[in-house]
Amino acid sequence: MLMLYIITAVILYLFWIVFSGIFDPFHLITGAVMSLLIAFFTWDLLFKNREISIPERLGEAFRFANYILWLLWQIVIANIYVARLALSPRMPIDPKIIRVPIKLKKDVSMVAFANSITLTPGTITISVEGDTFLVHAIDLKLADDLLSGEMERRVAHVFREDLLPL
Amino acid sequence: MREFYIWVSVFLCVLTLLNLYRAIYGPDTLTRIIAINAIGTKTVMILILIGLIYERLEMFIDIAIVYALLSFISTIIAAKYLERRKAIE
Amino acid sequence: MIHIVQNIIAIFFILAGLFFFTTSIIGLIRFPDFYCRMHATGKGDTLGTILLFAGFIVYEGVTLTSLKLLLIPVFIFLASPTVTHSIGKAAVNCCAKGWEKEKSKEEGASA
Repeated sequence: MLMLYIITAVILYLFWIVFSGIFDPFHLITGAVMSLLIAFFTWDLLFKNREISIPERLGEAFRFANYILWLLWQIVIANIYVARLALSPRMPIDPKIIRVPIKLKKDVSMVAFANSITLTPGTITISVEGDTFLVHAIDLKLADDLLSGEMERRVAHVFREDLLPL
Repeated sequence: MREFYIWVSVFLCVLTLLNLYRAIYGPDTLTRIIAINAIGTKTVMILILIGLIYERLEMFIDIAIVYALLSFISTIIAAKYLERRKAIE
Repeated sequence: MIHIVQNIIAIFFILAGLFFFTTSIIGLIRFPDFYCRMHATGKGDTLGTILLFAGFIVYEGVTLTSLKLLLIPVFIFLASPTVTHSIGKAAVNCCAKGWEKEKSKEEGASA
């Protein structure tokens, strides 16, 4: 409890230092006071689930960073694909809106999964309706990749969620 | 390096003008909104480049951060407004 | 010497970013309907921003300013898919019809 409060204050203070960029005592002390005060009011917004211990959070952050690296590579592939489509004279596209059932439960992992769908080749998330995503696929062949659920397993692994087998 | 940055910003301005075609003649309102969002992203780049050209980056970076936030929020608000109004043309 | 290497890497990153910006705009102009145009802008802007800022950070070196520069691509990395998602949701609720291959003859190319 106190630990989470201190971590929130430290994160706010780091942001203060980066944004101000001035290292005289006045700015440093003002920043410290303000970050302690703001952390007192808002620390439960940053860490919603209080049961998770700190080493687990660090592990989650590490796995998330790993996932981001994989995602960056996917973004490069997606952009090369879009570039090829945009530059090809005949533009072989066959767009469709499909429904993708999802098995993730937590809000965080659903957000991460929706944003990842938008950034990976040929698909963008349009809307969330209960436990299905409305996905616009620019080519139906690419939608099969999504329906195979590899990315969903990766997201579930990052946030330690158990997926029930279909 | 300075000349290179000047040419990059000129190129980005040309891209912004091309974007403006969709923003003006776009067949529907939502196309205009995505074109304007893309223009906002390019404006952030041009602000950073101005900072690099005049060697005042530490000032222009703050302006660029605020501009990125504002363009994000204005796009979200326009989309929300159109969603409520239920009219596309 | 290290300066020249830095500049070359920065120029490489910036040119790659400009290439992806250009293709995203060509896509925005050429694609037939509004959803496909979202594909172009949502992805092209994200990667273009990341690459251009990678170039700026390499040019700037390790300073506090380059730490600040890092914050903008992180923000756009989160914001760009969110904007795409939000506009797409507005389009679905406004009953915008998408372009499809078979129907394109009868209904015309507009959304």
